[in-house]
Amino acid sequence: MSTELGVRSAVVVAPPVVDRKVRQRRSWLPALLRTVVGRSAAIVVLLAVWEAAPRLGLVDRTFLPPLSEVLRAWWGLLDGGRLGENARASLVRSFSGFGLAVGIGVPLGLLIGWYRPLAELLSPLLELFRNTAALALLPVFVLVLGIGETSKIAIVLYACLWPILLNTISAVRTVDPTLLRLARSLDLSPLRLFQKVILPASVPVVFTGIRLAGAVSILVLVAAEMVGAKAGLGYLINASQYNFAIPQMYAGILTISVIGVAFNQLLLAIERRLTAWRPGPPTS
Amino acid sequence: MSAGIEFRGVSKVFPVRGGDELTAVDGIDLEIAAGEFAVLVGPSGCGKSTLLDLVGGLTVPSAGEILLDGRPVRGPGPDRSTVFQQYALLPWRTAQGNVEFGLEAIGVPRRLRRARAREYLELVGLAGFEERHPHELSGGMRQRVAIARSLAYDPEVLLMDEPFAALDAQTRESLQEELLRIWRRTGKTVLFITHGIEEAVYLGQRVAVMTSRPGRVKAVVPIELPDRAADRDLRSSPEFARYRHEIWSLLHDEVSRAQQWEREVGRV
Ligand SMILES: Nc1ncnc2c1ncn2[C@@H]1O[C@H](COP(=O)(O)OP(=O)(O)OP(=O)(O)O)[C@@H](O)[C@H]1O
Ligand SMILES: [Mg+2]
Repeated sequence: MSTELGVRSAVVVAPPVVDRKVRQRRSWLPALLRTVVGRSAAIVVLLAVWEAAPRLGLVDRTFLPPLSEVLRAWWGLLDGGRLGENARASLVRSFSGFGLAVGIGVPLGLLIGWYRPLAELLSPLLELFRNTAALALLPVFVLVLGIGETSKIAIVLYACLWPILLNTISAVRTVDPTLLRLARSLDLSPLRLFQKVILPASVPVVFTGIRLAGAVSILVLVAAEMVGAKAGLGYLINASQYNFAIPQMYAGILTISVIGVAFNQLLLAIERRLTAWRPGPPTS
Repeated sequence: MSAGIEFRGVSKVFPVRGGDELTAVDGIDLEIAAGEFAVLVGPSGCGKSTLLDLVGGLTVPSAGEILLDGRPVRGPGPDRSTVFQQYALLPWRTAQGNVEFGLEAIGVPRRLRRARAREYLELVGLAGFEERHPHELSGGMRQRVAIARSLAYDPEVLLMDEPFAALDAQTRESLQEELLRIWRRTGKTVLFITHGIEEAVYLGQRVAVMTSRPGRVKAVVPIELPDRAADRDLRSSPEFARYRHEIWSLLHDEVSRAQQWEREVGRV
């Protein structure tokens, strides 16, 4: 009897998907709690050490004040409006540069990746630019564009462009060749091929580049703001250090870290939405 | 609907590095009737996939011509559809979406697409799996989705390039059975490539055996077996064994010749 049940039937019955969902829901809360606790444990320990070490005299509290003091300073900056003002200045520059880089890098990358000869022609050039540190070019940008907003946004744009551009190019060039054969056998027009195969197939790799650029946008900007700026978090940190307002300096650093993490999480969430069909979570 | 395929002195020469040329297939003459299930077997590298590409219109012959229902092939088109060995499913689309992909390509309106895709998924035994993505399906199921996609836009000719090679024996057998059932029901012309002699004998009405490279048609063996649906254990019948042995012998010389050639090339 058991053999009869075994191989014969070619029709497969779908295992009940609902069941899995129910199970997931039931264990949802404790699982979430566990990840939150697990993820934050290391950070909590770090913050505790930060609080305790200066108080116990393990480090000089003039150079590293306890966390509570930094938080008080942070609150003061926020209350006085300085934090908001500087953070806004930084975010506007970061997002402008980043947004422009996405707007230019993705279409350009698609184009270059699509025209193979173009990609081969440009690849040494791209390699050269990518390996030229953006900050090394800061003086050039300042020289050409002045010390105003333009040069700040331009340097962010420049730094963000390469990861996006290079990832987009490689995304287009590494589309599964059997999918291209399939499209060809169906006689798809180049436009349809692009829209229905190349573009969706490229999304994951393009997004890796976008996320990389997201991190770069903040990194580069803060550094740029430390040289010749009148506002921004980089300026705030630098000015605080200059005036020996050490807690304020750390408050600025903390703010940047939090913004960086939040930005990355936002990009990750968007990426997850767009690549929900993928088996694993996006790799960082 | 189905159409016959006719190869008339078809050769395909590839340019290779160093300015040399490589003759993949040479002077192929073969006629496949409309509605026939024809199988092509031959040693590795003899040009089977090349022939399929030519029928599919993905490449053009260096000499000779291929006629489809009497008309020469002039490029790809929806009257032929290929089932690839590597499934070629779009990973970002569900099973349903993948079947619809072929329908979109030929411009079937959206509402009809949905119904037609469901119908064909059901035909290949995948009712209930419409919303699954390829990575949530087994290899056998993925290949069924690919077959459903190929059938859904109602081509006249089904071209299959070792579609079951990557599957385990049991899944393969059940898909073979299913393919025959579908073929009987739809009456399509099928050109099926395989490495498996059993598979060839089991599926084909005729089996064309190719020589090692450059590929030529060495022999065409008509297979006359009792109705496959009625006789469950066809594979262990004496007729089946006889056909298997016949094709095995035809292939054997070619395979050893191909291997010897490869060894010589390797030594140089
Ligand atoms: N685009 C190409 N350029 C150059 N040579 C090619 C090309 N396509 C195929 N060939 C060569 O033509 C020969 C036949 O290839 P083909 O893929 O048709 O063989 P096959 O019979 O399908 O082999 P297998 O059974 O291993 O799939 C091989 O020697 C291969 O190297
Ligand atoms: Mg092949």
